[in-house]
Amino acid sequence: MFFRVASPRRPSRLLAAAVSLTTPLLPEDFVSLVDPLWSTTALRGRVVEVRPETARATTLRIRPGRGWTGHRAGQYVRIGVDVNGVRHWRTYSLSGPESPADGCLTVTVQAQPDGVVSGHLAHSAPVGTIVQLEPADGDFVLPSTASGPLLMITAGSGITPVMAMLRTLAALGPLPDLVLLHSAPTAAEVIFNDELRALAEQHPSARLALRHTTTEGRLDLAELDTLCPDWREREAFVCGPTGLLDAAARHWASQPDRLHVERFTPPPRSAGGSGGAVSYGSADPVEVDGGTSLLEAGEAAGVLLPSGCRMGICFGCVLPLREGQVRDLRTGEVHGEPGDLVQTCISGASGAARLDTPTT
Amino acid sequence: MTITLPDRVTPAPTDKTTSNKTAERRVHPVPSTPAPEACDLTAAQVEELGRRLDEIRDRVIASRGADDAAYIRRVISTQRKLEIAGRALLFAGILPPAWLAGTTLLSIAKILENMEIGHNVLHGQWDWMRDPKIHSSTWEWDLVSDAKSWKHSHNYMHHTYTNVVGKDRDVGYGILRLSEEQSWRPYYLGNPVYNFLLSLFFQWGVALHDLEVEKVASGEKSKADVWRQIKGIGRKMRRQFTKDYLVFPALAGPFFLPVLAGNATANLVRNIWSHAVIFCGHFPDGTVQFTEEQLEGETRGQWYLRQMLGSANLDGGPLFHLMTGNLSFQIEHHLFPDLPSNRYSEIAPEVRELCAEYGLPYTTGSLGTQYLQVLKKINRLALPPKHVTPRQIG
Repeated sequence: MFFRVASPRRPSRLLAAAVSLTTPLLPEDFVSLVDPLWSTTALRGRVVEVRPETARATTLRIRPGRGWTGHRAGQYVRIGVDVNGVRHWRTYSLSGPESPADGCLTVTVQAQPDGVVSGHLAHSAPVGTIVQLEPADGDFVLPSTASGPLLMITAGSGITPVMAMLRTLAALGPLPDLVLLHSAPTAAEVIFNDELRALAEQHPSARLALRHTTTEGRLDLAELDTLCPDWREREAFVCGPTGLLDAAARHWASQPDRLHVERFTPPPRSAGGSGGAVSYGSADPVEVDGGTSLLEAGEAAGVLLPSGCRMGICFGCVLPLREGQVRDLRTGEVHGEPGDLVQTCISGASGAARLDTPTT
Repeated sequence: MTITLPDRVTPAPTDKTTSNKTAERRVHPVPSTPAPEACDLTAAQVEELGRRLDEIRDRVIASRGADDAAYIRRVISTQRKLEIAGRALLFAGILPPAWLAGTTLLSIAKILENMEIGHNVLHGQWDWMRDPKIHSSTWEWDLVSDAKSWKHSHNYMHHTYTNVVGKDRDVGYGILRLSEEQSWRPYYLGNPVYNFLLSLFFQWGVALHDLEVEKVASGEKSKADVWRQIKGIGRKMRRQFTKDYLVFPALAGPFFLPVLAGNATANLVRNIWSHAVIFCGHFPDGTVQFTEEQLEGETRGQWYLRQMLGSANLDGGPLFHLMTGNLSFQIEHHLFPDLPSNRYSEIAPEVRELCAEYGLPYTTGSLGTQYLQVLKKINRLALPPKHVTPRQIG
């Protein structure tokens, strides 16, 4: 989403009085000249430490501003970062333990090939960078009551939420009976390599099996019967590429309650081209041909839409994009992320998309 | 002055017979006042000009990036610091030097806030950054007019129908006679006085002009709509008034009056300055007004042409351009209202060259010269036309 606010809090009387001095701005718009983290409408954080983990992965320790309420191990956070002047939002698992002593949150970002945001965070976000945050979220978390034995299957950067679990458990005392099967292409690409090995050494109850897929091939879940014969008795946590998650869902088909997966589905992207089915608000999708603007198509379908100049200059027709992407009819550029405000009068369809419509 | 633009026939670019036919149609300026004789273009040339302007726009759009984002954040941060400094100094406003310095800083801050920041953010020039704190849909400015109403009357009506008498309400703001196309009434004898008052109370004039009350009589707007808008503007006016004329002076305790006077002066300076800059954008000699008939079937190229002929630039240095909100590049702004303002100076030489190449006027001059011309025009139009010439329509 585009316009995100931290959980609303009741403004104090002092704050309300201060607003009468700063109207039409908010006091925080002035305070943030000094401290950008002091905001009641935008949750922000400052990068306080950058620690390279592998050639592609970097851990960022981030001091959150007002409004951060902590996280449960395994949860993710949405981070907004400005890359070449443009704000992008991405979701990353938190890799640090619950309730860290320093109050900071950590994410470990692995640069994806062609990944604008992951590449930026992994390699070009120095200490001091201000990022936008959202409260932690996600239900890929350890059961709240003490549980039986655990099995964790991770691959690549899928280790990050599990690392948060291991760190949280290790801070509480000896680790419970757990097996971690982690895959990475080579030894050099194993994120948290040393820490994982150290944990396994310190805690006899934890067994670590690292797999280097370049030489050993990918993990086949059929191997579980030999790698972890009692896998059916364990609470399983799986995080990794879609292929692994799908295989896990099949493997645990008979006891799906035992399986927890973290699945990051990237927002649907347009496959390019023009024309597509566009939904306006909750109405049924409208087929929009390549040459018609989203404004004209919506109006033709009887949707009440704001409009203005109808030539792309006045921004009177913008609507928030919820899903999919749109095509700029002037330049042919296909663009859009969920939450972007798009000018409907000069945007056409490019695959399926959904726009929010004004409620009044 | 009125000119006719090429006929409103859009030639299909691939259809040779149509192009040839329209190529014979030429622009014939109507010689009511000194006319841009140079504007003698074929329809095909006008569309070619449009394509070349599109290229300039595409190039700037493709090169927007971190430097531009840093620019607007720097301006915003500077403006806020100036405002804090100005208001702080005014608390010591019992001392004349502090009052003068405080009022000056606050005036500069208010001008920057209004012009380089507010006007341009509300145009969506910075929407591409996707920062909700610097976005046309969330911005509100330090003026009595509320952003929503202003975006309609300015971004839509003024920028789409620029200088079209009867459509673009910036032509006279509903109270002045700024074009021969507006028929004379005895009321207009007060033209210079109305202009003087508008200049002093410009932000109030803009707020009321956003209401478009005359549209109620013509049935284009319902009374309920106007009433809803009045309530919105009323809230805004009350907050603005309270801040500058009650809360800040009251905070100064015994120095209530110096603070009140400083705030009032800063608002006055901003009003006079923005009025001057804005009026120099469309009404000096050489700028052209248009009739509603000329809008019919207007092509992209013709729209560009109207923007160029209807706007005028101001000469000056970088600081001057900043203080005008880069509206000193009014021609470039009207061609590309949504390009970041810091880029207008970069494309201005190219636009000027294009004008020269196509034999179009590129009206520009110093603020003093242009404003004098505007004032003369306002005086001249206060009086009835000396001899009536039948209005010609292209």
